[in-house]
Amino acid sequence: MSTFSAPAMELTPKPSYAADGAQLLEVSMGPQHPSTHGVFRMDVALDGETVVKLKPIFGYLHRNHEKLGEDQSYIASMPYTDRLDYFCSMTNNWAYALAVEKLAGIVVPERAEYLRVITAELTRLQNHTSLVGFLMQDMGASGTPLMYAFREREKILDLFESLSGARMMCNYMRFGGCRVDLPKGWQQQAQSVVDAYPKFLDEFEALLTSNEILMARTQGVGALSSELAIAAGITGPMLRASGVNYDLRKVDAYGIYDRFQFRVPLGDHGDVYDRCMVRLLEMRESLEILKQALRDLPEGPIQDPKTKVRNFKPKPGEAYGRIEAPKGELGFYLISDGSANPYRFRVRPPSLINLTILEDLCLGRNIADVVIILGSVDIVMGEVDR
Amino acid sequence: MLGVGVLKGLVETARNFFGSYVSEERLTTLQYPEETSPRIEASRSFPFLVYDGSDWQQGMRCVSCQICEKECPPKCIFIEKSPDKKPDAVGKMQFYPAKFDIDISVCMSCQICVEVCPFDAIKMDVDYNLSATNRFSDLLLDKERLSKSNEYYHEIHPTEAASVDADLAAAREKAAPKPAAPATAAVQTAGTGGAAS
Repeated sequence: MSTFSAPAMELTPKPSYAADGAQLLEVSMGPQHPSTHGVFRMDVALDGETVVKLKPIFGYLHRNHEKLGEDQSYIASMPYTDRLDYFCSMTNNWAYALAVEKLAGIVVPERAEYLRVITAELTRLQNHTSLVGFLMQDMGASGTPLMYAFREREKILDLFESLSGARMMCNYMRFGGCRVDLPKGWQQQAQSVVDAYPKFLDEFEALLTSNEILMARTQGVGALSSELAIAAGITGPMLRASGVNYDLRKVDAYGIYDRFQFRVPLGDHGDVYDRCMVRLLEMRESLEILKQALRDLPEGPIQDPKTKVRNFKPKPGEAYGRIEAPKGELGFYLISDGSANPYRFRVRPPSLINLTILEDLCLGRNIADVVIILGSVDIVMGEVDR
Repeated sequence: MLGVGVLKGLVETARNFFGSYVSEERLTTLQYPEETSPRIEASRSFPFLVYDGSDWQQGMRCVSCQICEKECPPKCIFIEKSPDKKPDAVGKMQFYPAKFDIDISVCMSCQICVEVCPFDAIKMDVDYNLSATNRFSDLLLDKERLSKSNEYYHEIHPTEAASVDADLAAAREKAAPKPAAPATAAVQTAGTGGAAS
């Protein structure tokens, strides 16, 4: 029984009871539980196997990201954003760069915009691939689908490494563009990865989507109504699985997303199965965007020459930059007072806000369903705790 | 019919299992300590200091301007300026670091120090076999352990090093018309001239 504001510690907590008088079993899942995707804890009260209460407890990975951002120069926060959602450092970089560009009124060159779209869609591909793999792992398909997913993810990480120097902590984007241009042969390599990907997705779907065990396990589990999803501020694939057509790439058309033809897959029931399927379908659309972006990639500069790396001081003002990260709407809110450090640095993490309705999804379900519901929310604790 | 989906999935598993015997695509694992994957040129681990020529103290490019120390996000660089001056890579009299430490247990390999360095003195290494028995002294690298030759830099990042050398040669040519210190300039060109051309 731990909360941050517990007035008095009770050494022997009083047992709680269900309506019919049966004693509830309180289980503390985590923080080191293989299903919790990092250091995350759920205090679950169980009536038999049914969940009657669930309290998420987090903060184990808190590292003061926002305050650190206010204490350092603008560029120094860029490598820290990699560590928010460490699966998707490219999109984190982009969201932060977008916020600063809005704040300082920087124009990004054409080629850099294309590079950003390419890296962001590759990030979405590898995030969704590994998420589906992890979800299968949570369901008890030990290893096999996850290893297939990681095999494909590794190809994309190799692309990231040859572009930015690091597999996961890319630190690739800069205010007004990108850090380095594509190395020789990168575009062909990316093209071959993109060309080979549909075959893998076909195999992956054959492996999973018509599997009766998987369907029995996921359909109707953790259903999220569109009303609740909207009211709770859920974004990303989770919101679209509930049937709400809201994709920032379409709604906001940030960057150059209005130039690409792609569809937004929507779910119907908002259950775990729909969330999984929406992600599988989104990967196909990402491939479409990648094909168009790689085909249209123009020549030119990749960095706005007027933007300085050092002594970067934007005019006083505020800006909110948001993008459709693989997990949902990732936003950075910055206030500048004209000095070299931001006056306020705020992150809107999709994982945290998608996690807020965990109890609503889990009430009345079995304890085993809690694991896959949490898996289908797609959280990364680096982003939840910041 | 119930069970068809499971069988379809098992066919995929079988295809991957038997495919791993014949197809490179499906067998991507390596026997790590014996085999390693080919190194990607752009990859980076931790920073090192470049020196020209054969003497690391004489040829060190760092002029102790302390910009990297100031810009480093986790503040893992510690520099102490020298009391006297010596000629730098382009033959100009400059300070040098009396002390230059990088705590690589703090460093997060973001390479912002490399980006802000105006003298091309600090670059990213690629060595990742960095296990140490003492977590304090072994991971706090001093000036001597950080210094690596320009030839080593060429070896690990050939494309990048070539363009850096071209830039430095251009800067040296620009500085050359003034006959400032012919003796020291000769020392410097002996160090980097060959690599640049």
